[in-house]
Amino acid sequence: MARNVTQRRKILNTAAAWTIGLLIFFPILWTILTSFKTEAQAIADPPIFLAFDWTLENYGAVMERSNYSRFLWNSIVIAGGSTILGILIAVPAAWSMAFVPSKRTKDILLWMLSTKMLPAVGVLYPIYLLFIQFGILDTKIGLVIVLMLINLPIIVWMLYTYFKEIPGEILEAARMDGASLKEEVLYVLTPMAIPGIASTLLLNVILAWNEAFWTLNLTAAKAAPLTAFIASYSSPEGLFYAKLSAASTMAIAPILVLGWFSQKQLVSGLTFGAVK
Amino acid sequence: MATQHSRSAARIMMAPAVILLLGWMLVPLTMTLYFSFKRYLPLRGGDLGWVGFENYIRFISSSSFWPSVMTTLTIVGGVLAITVVLGVFLALLLNQPMWGRGFVRILVIAPFFVMPTVSALVWKNMFMDPNYGLLAHLWEFFGATPVEWLSQASLTSIVMIVSWQWLPFATLILLTAIQSLDSEQLEAAEMDGAPATKRFAYITLPHLGRAITVVILIQTIFLLSIFAEIFVTTGGAFGTKTLTYLIFQRVLESQNVGLGSAGGVYAIILANIVAIFLMRIVGKNLDT
Amino acid sequence: MSLRNSAFAATALSFVTAGGVFAETITIATVNNGDMIRMQGLTDDFTARTGHTVEWVTLEENVLRQRVTTDISTRGGAFDIMTIGMYETPIWGANGWLVPLNDLSAEYDVDDLLPAMRSGLSHDGTLFAAPFYGESSMIMYRTDLMEKAGMEMPTAPTWQFIREAAAAMTDRENDINGICLRGKAGWGEGGAFITVTANSFGARWFDEDWNAQFDQPQWAEALNFYVDMMNESGPAGFAINGFNENLSLFQQGKCGMWIDATVAASFVTNPNDSTVADKVGFALAPNSEGVAKRANWLWAWALAIPAGTQKEAAAKEFVEWATSKDYIELVAGKEGWANVPPGARTSLYENPEYQKVPFAQMTLDSIKAADPQNPTVDPVPYVGIQFVAIPEFAGMATEVSQEFSAAYAGQQTVEEALAKAQALTNEVMESAGYR
Repeated sequence: MARNVTQRRKILNTAAAWTIGLLIFFPILWTILTSFKTEAQAIADPPIFLAFDWTLENYGAVMERSNYSRFLWNSIVIAGGSTILGILIAVPAAWSMAFVPSKRTKDILLWMLSTKMLPAVGVLYPIYLLFIQFGILDTKIGLVIVLMLINLPIIVWMLYTYFKEIPGEILEAARMDGASLKEEVLYVLTPMAIPGIASTLLLNVILAWNEAFWTLNLTAAKAAPLTAFIASYSSPEGLFYAKLSAASTMAIAPILVLGWFSQKQLVSGLTFGAVK
Repeated sequence: MATQHSRSAARIMMAPAVILLLGWMLVPLTMTLYFSFKRYLPLRGGDLGWVGFENYIRFISSSSFWPSVMTTLTIVGGVLAITVVLGVFLALLLNQPMWGRGFVRILVIAPFFVMPTVSALVWKNMFMDPNYGLLAHLWEFFGATPVEWLSQASLTSIVMIVSWQWLPFATLILLTAIQSLDSEQLEAAEMDGAPATKRFAYITLPHLGRAITVVILIQTIFLLSIFAEIFVTTGGAFGTKTLTYLIFQRVLESQNVGLGSAGGVYAIILANIVAIFLMRIVGKNLDT
Repeated sequence: MSLRNSAFAATALSFVTAGGVFAETITIATVNNGDMIRMQGLTDDFTARTGHTVEWVTLEENVLRQRVTTDISTRGGAFDIMTIGMYETPIWGANGWLVPLNDLSAEYDVDDLLPAMRSGLSHDGTLFAAPFYGESSMIMYRTDLMEKAGMEMPTAPTWQFIREAAAAMTDRENDINGICLRGKAGWGEGGAFITVTANSFGARWFDEDWNAQFDQPQWAEALNFYVDMMNESGPAGFAINGFNENLSLFQQGKCGMWIDATVAASFVTNPNDSTVADKVGFALAPNSEGVAKRANWLWAWALAIPAGTQKEAAAKEFVEWATSKDYIELVAGKEGWANVPPGARTSLYENPEYQKVPFAQMTLDSIKAADPQNPTVDPVPYVGIQFVAIPEFAGMATEVSQEFSAAYAGQQTVEEALAKAQALTNEVMESAGYR
């Protein structure tokens, strides 16, 4: 009796969850499907879901028009570089906040987060002028620095919430055994912190990958990442849904795949110490 | 001894991050403040001298200012409400026993990976277009007149698009929080005959308080500065001009850097008001 | 063609080996319009001729504007060539931001440029950008639907006729809208369209003392006419339709008439993209009955070289190549005469091959009907037809057009929109020191 009830509830839950999941995912699915249609089929009325002539011509057209591999490479370097640099700077800061907290630790953390609230467009001219001064306009290094700074507060905060969950007793034990600060960090802390660092890394790669204001406004040809690539497909003349879909798919596919493969780490990374 | 030692070490370790962020905040802020007291028009030869508070007065007395503040708060508030409510619901659902939870989670998390420009383009063209959009076809299928989303329900549309992007984030944090809930406590309450609504209100929801705070804090930071979603869909028309967008118009479309900088200062003030407000609740909730 | 190309390649190569020419890489910012995309595809021809290579930065129009304006006003130097329009060129030229194009080669034949285009891209008689293509506005209409409605399009119709014809052609059952027009916010989109429409109702942006004129009856008449006609016969959601949206509606056979840029003629008559390619007629942009000005605008997308670029010589070679007679022939050889960039050169319209193209003559007539020096019925203190050639215009016209778009969508009345436009325009002009 009770078994039947739970069984029925499980079926209902599954049905509901799958329906909602598919609904949420549908816009992405539809974009991917549309990218394989011809332009005429992309706007067909009534819409065609699967029974169309699958074609790769849109991808061909996009590849012919844009140097996709360069945009992709720039995205990888910028997102990856800024994240790694950010983590190198944030780990020591987060470590000291977590294990040597002072009265002001929380204030500093929240202040760091508040720097993220500066409206980017308000400082476009100042930053642009600085970039010209330093000769880093349209360079990957310039973008790596800017995106690192933008995401640094989030990185510090995430790592802080992680490190805080590491029991302090372990460190004390290590200290008792005569471990130096360096050894403490290297041999005790790091192994325990690796999962946290991994998920922080993932989340920030995603944030950096999708950043579309600075990456668009501080680049020209050499350092432009996929956000600039998509800006050339947003309103071409005539029918463009299929080509837009192909370009969109190409812009999001790498990060989507990365996200899916690493979703376990990512999910734990999204907790921000929210779990107690 | 050890604490003394580690305290100074801690300071040194914090230094790079703090100094960098201080620089990242102070240098542009100083320059923004500097420009905001200038008549600075790039198309008219650049720096045309000091003007005192004129830019500040002009920016705030413009008929677009208060509506833009209201729009900003509406979008932030609307998205927060939708993502938190739906997020709690989805998290509760995903926490139930079911088949293929991992796969559903993959589906739900996906919108978070889509860059804002792409999601705005896809929603605008392939869903909300009144002639070719999928929603129009759906409405027609049920015999209704298609909604002209972006012109007649503009703010709703933008809240919808942005909520879609942030729902995964809210859901996942809340789900992790729910999973840590002590199930024995819930079972005990059930045995005592507490109805589901009461169990939710008195046990689950309080437990989620902290997670909800985090969701609100992080999302607010990102939502205050949303730009691509508006730029791509309505270009600031139909009452969707946020404060960020208004500053964009002043700086880039009108090429009035002084005026835009004054707007930037106002935006910083608004952000700080929101931040203080948030930190009050967050600070309380994050204490451990 | 290919023989000629390889011959050029050979000469270019010999130059390079002789050490006479340095191969450079130039960076070009351009808009993602069809003609520019085509130009990108033909870059190899330029490289073969000169040895220089090209890096393209192709952006959507709004993004492009914001990007190049930031760069030029800060002397960023990110681009060696920028694609800009008739609005920016004289302002930037006057600021000394652009390299004057007064030493173009003899074979380029600068006197062959259409006078309207040349003067629109000059400041004080000096050319600052070379027109890649030029356009005015005209009516494109479906000959079959016009016939079905039992009407005949005059070569120079009035707005009143257009409205009547639009109502007659509208067939909501079959998804046919009598008329498709721009309503999208943005000074270069709906803003440009409503400005020329207002001109053709006798309105103007400013009087001679730079007072905004939105409180005048002509503006109310024009705007009310537009809104009423579009509600009667326009497509759903026209308040967000710009050039591209209308183009795709027309190509899909959903519009009876479309008044827009003359360059669109080659897209709607191209059977590869258009389902109505063989049923399109053309007519001069309309005026309100008895008003001397028609709704003709004038625009050119042009290539300009920012002052201070290190690669000025190579950039000039590219500008000459892309806007030359040879380039037009290159495109004609590959894609047919109907697809060459129009509206820039007199010789194109004298070419017997091009005269066979159905929209060639109407395009030329439309361009000639536009007069940027005297754009309105009443005198104005500014130059420009669908824009006012002052730096403040882009920003305020975008805001004005946002108010108008809100009225198109029914969020406010036409009167409210005009009152707001009046207030904000005067506010901007006051702070800029005109009044």
